[in-house]
Amino acid sequence: MLNTKEIRSYFPILNQEINGHPLVYLDNGATSQKPIQVIEAIKKYYEFENANVHRGVHTLGNRATDSYEGAREKVRKFINAKSTKEVIFTRGTTTAINMVAQSYGQANLKEGDEIVITHMEHHSNIIPWQQLAKRTGAVLKYIDLEADGTLSLEKVRETITNQTKIVSIVYVSNVLGTMNPIKEITQIAHEHGAVMVVDGAQAAPHLKLDVQALDCDFLAFSGHKMCGPTGIGVLYGKEALLDKMEPVEFGGEMIDFVGLYDSTWKELPWKFEGGTPIIAGAIGLGAAIDFLEEIGLDEIEKHEHELAAYAMERMSTIEGLTIYGPVDPAKRAGIVTFNLDDVHPHDVATVLDMSGIAVRAGHHCAQPLMKWLQCVATARASFYIYNSEEDLDRLVTGLLSAKEYFNDVF
Amino acid sequence: MSSNLDQLYRRVIMDHYKNPRNKGSIEDGALTIDMNNPTCGDRIHLTLQVEDGKIQNAKFDGEGCSISMASASMMTQAVKGKSVEEALQLSSTFSEMMLGKDYDDSLDLEDIESLSGVSQFPARIKCATLAWKAMEKGVSEEKE
Repeated sequence: MLNTKEIRSYFPILNQEINGHPLVYLDNGATSQKPIQVIEAIKKYYEFENANVHRGVHTLGNRATDSYEGAREKVRKFINAKSTKEVIFTRGTTTAINMVAQSYGQANLKEGDEIVITHMEHHSNIIPWQQLAKRTGAVLKYIDLEADGTLSLEKVRETITNQTKIVSIVYVSNVLGTMNPIKEITQIAHEHGAVMVVDGAQAAPHLKLDVQALDCDFLAFSGHKMCGPTGIGVLYGKEALLDKMEPVEFGGEMIDFVGLYDSTWKELPWKFEGGTPIIAGAIGLGAAIDFLEEIGLDEIEKHEHELAAYAMERMSTIEGLTIYGPVDPAKRAGIVTFNLDDVHPHDVATVLDMSGIAVRAGHHCAQPLMKWLQCVATARASFYIYNSEEDLDRLVTGLLSAKEYFNDVF
Repeated sequence: MSSNLDQLYRRVIMDHYKNPRNKGSIEDGALTIDMNNPTCGDRIHLTLQVEDGKIQNAKFDGEGCSISMASASMMTQAVKGKSVEEALQLSSTFSEMMLGKDYDDSLDLEDIESLSGVSQFPARIKCATLAWKAMEKGVSEEKE
């Protein structure tokens, strides 16, 4: 277990009462809280370095550019990319996946080609492909899930064919917590000549990413789920692919030479970063990476497996509580999605909120998965580095009182 | 904890949730409105039978939390037999109640009054207003 007491001390927001109870924040799948190190880095940028990047001859312009590009190098190391040319700053995971669909997808797909995704995708890894399929006449195919909410490589092999041009799969499911065998799936995709896109939104905060070991072609993730600010994310792409791709946004910052009727683009990665970039966001993300690496990504992953195991053990003692996803805690990240009897998850979440416990209730931006689970909505507790076993004890107590409240009082 | 929650979950609300009134669907010649709350997945299928500017019958089906389903049950009960104008007036009174404003208490709100506590739970206001929005949409389509 991590030293959660020390880690908590870096998060000012956690030191408060909600509805008369100390806050237990278990909605990290939606967004994580921000440590003082990240808040300070953004403050320092605005107080001492703020200028536009890549254009100022003046000192502040150089400081801003150095910090912004320094953050890119931190991201490169964080995901073990070969070069910073392969690291594009975006607004978040959604923008990153849309960029792949609009640029690579639009240029390389034709009628009858296939795009393969799964039933456990977040809407951000479904809709860009639906739209691409509509525009190009490609076929969108889903890999079916096993009963425990995992993927079998057998079904992956059955679904991916020589017509498949893009395979796009979530690394860690935001609902089921399932950790998918991305390396193996990438290999299968490559055997059929397809490119592999990885939605890493729930993976980047929780485990060590290594794009070279995975051999994936694209990887998308967001800063705000990994202690960074909102509004910043990353698209990783292999240089050979990015090099051939057209930009999605045109304007300032991304150009080399502009004529009256035609223009040329900057080299990678800047050709994909039209307009003034999210400078403070990137710097904040860099600080978040420093913070997480100081703790250690392997330690973080271990901590979350332990919390998931503890939560599942404690929660399974509550009669009438259903947990979705893999039964084996080693197969899941720190995400536990559940329903309590016939109490609607909104009502569960309201009762927990009255005890100072923040969980998510709803469809978690995964309506097709809810359909697969045959429920309209679920409640989700998702953990992070500052959560402890005591937090989960509070959750269990809260769930028991919710059950009592709805079953006995009425 | 319970005292705060009791503001929200009044007994009459839970009664409507567990024993919904006017559950189902009017088969013939009714206005049909499907609405959902995309942020949380609550869903309502409302059917209204409007004749001569009067809501003769109202039924609902759907899935959602106690607040959304109880509110739908109460809404159908309240608008049945009322003129379209009266129903819309009731709906605007309900909106004011949800916003925590002073509302017209000269109207007989009956069970609906029990939802007034929802205004103190901002995250739940949309749950309570879903059925009313569906009703407004239905009768405004009828008017056109």
